Amino acid sequence: MITKMNHVSVFVLDQDSAYDFYVNKLGFKVNTDAAMGPGMRWLTVCPPEQPELEIALMAISEGMMFDSLAAQQMRELVQRGTFGFGVFECNDLIATYEELKAKGVEFSKEPTKEFYGFEALFKDDSGNWFSLGEKKN
Amino acid sequence: MIDQLPKIYLYRRLVQAKLFIDKNYHDAIDLNGIADEAYFSKYHFIRLFKNIYGKTPHQYLIKVRVENARLLLKRGLPVADVCYAVGFDSVTSFSILFKKITFCSPANYQQAELKKQTEMLRSPLKFIPGCFASEKEWLQNRNFR
Repeated sequence: MITKMNHVSVFVLDQDSAYDFYVNKLGFKVNTDAAMGPGMRWLTVCPPEQPELEIALMAISEGMMFDSLAAQQMRELVQRGTFGFGVFECNDLIATYEELKAKGVEFSKEPTKEFYGFEALFKDDSGNWFSLGEKKN
Repeated sequence: MIDQLPKIYLYRRLVQAKLFIDKNYHDAIDLNGIADEAYFSKYHFIRLFKNIYGKTPHQYLIKVRVENARLLLKRGLPVADVCYAVGFDSVTSFSILFKKITFCSPANYQQAELKKQTEMLRSPLKFIPGCFASEKEWLQNRNFR
């Protein structure tokens, strides 16, 4: 029986820039930042109140993970905003939206009341988009 | 559209207050001054801040200081230096508040983190799920295990 998810991958264009975005803008905590040799770095971050879920910020670069063509295609897809990697939750959407906007986070959808909840959409520094929802009481 | 929401101006003032704390936590922050800056009475400010962030401004300031202390401790700075660098003026009260939030003394926290960092440098594969390392051939052609 599967009990939980503890790792998820987000493909990013640049790990240094992603570190700045996820840590300094979103306020996530670094779990692991391990140099693995030339061109390889295992970098995971966690939402502040969910330390058991590690988000691996995986660099899209030619090497062990991607060949040259696949890396180029993947970079283009990510930059185009093809991938939506998940839904984040906050206690107060308007306050979080205002704070992230003040920190320079780009939103493609303002906080909006939908039939399924109160939601906004934002992009990370690579182009991956996420939904941000308000916790339902 | 969000600009038309009622009381959006209140949100913006509270968010600015939070960002002020985030940026200036290491200084002697006068929370009354922040309330004044945000055009709130002290008690109204505390109530609204707690509604949004789940903590009073003072509790939030302590949390931010402790979170930043963690980062400095991970860099190996002496506990007393960390204490003053993040805005506390007494090592004793810093240690008590740090332990209250992290359930660990600053010295023990630092020791554990530095040990983890050394281990991460020596055996990074221990920190990576085996499936990833194996799938991406990180287990082969590497000098470390």
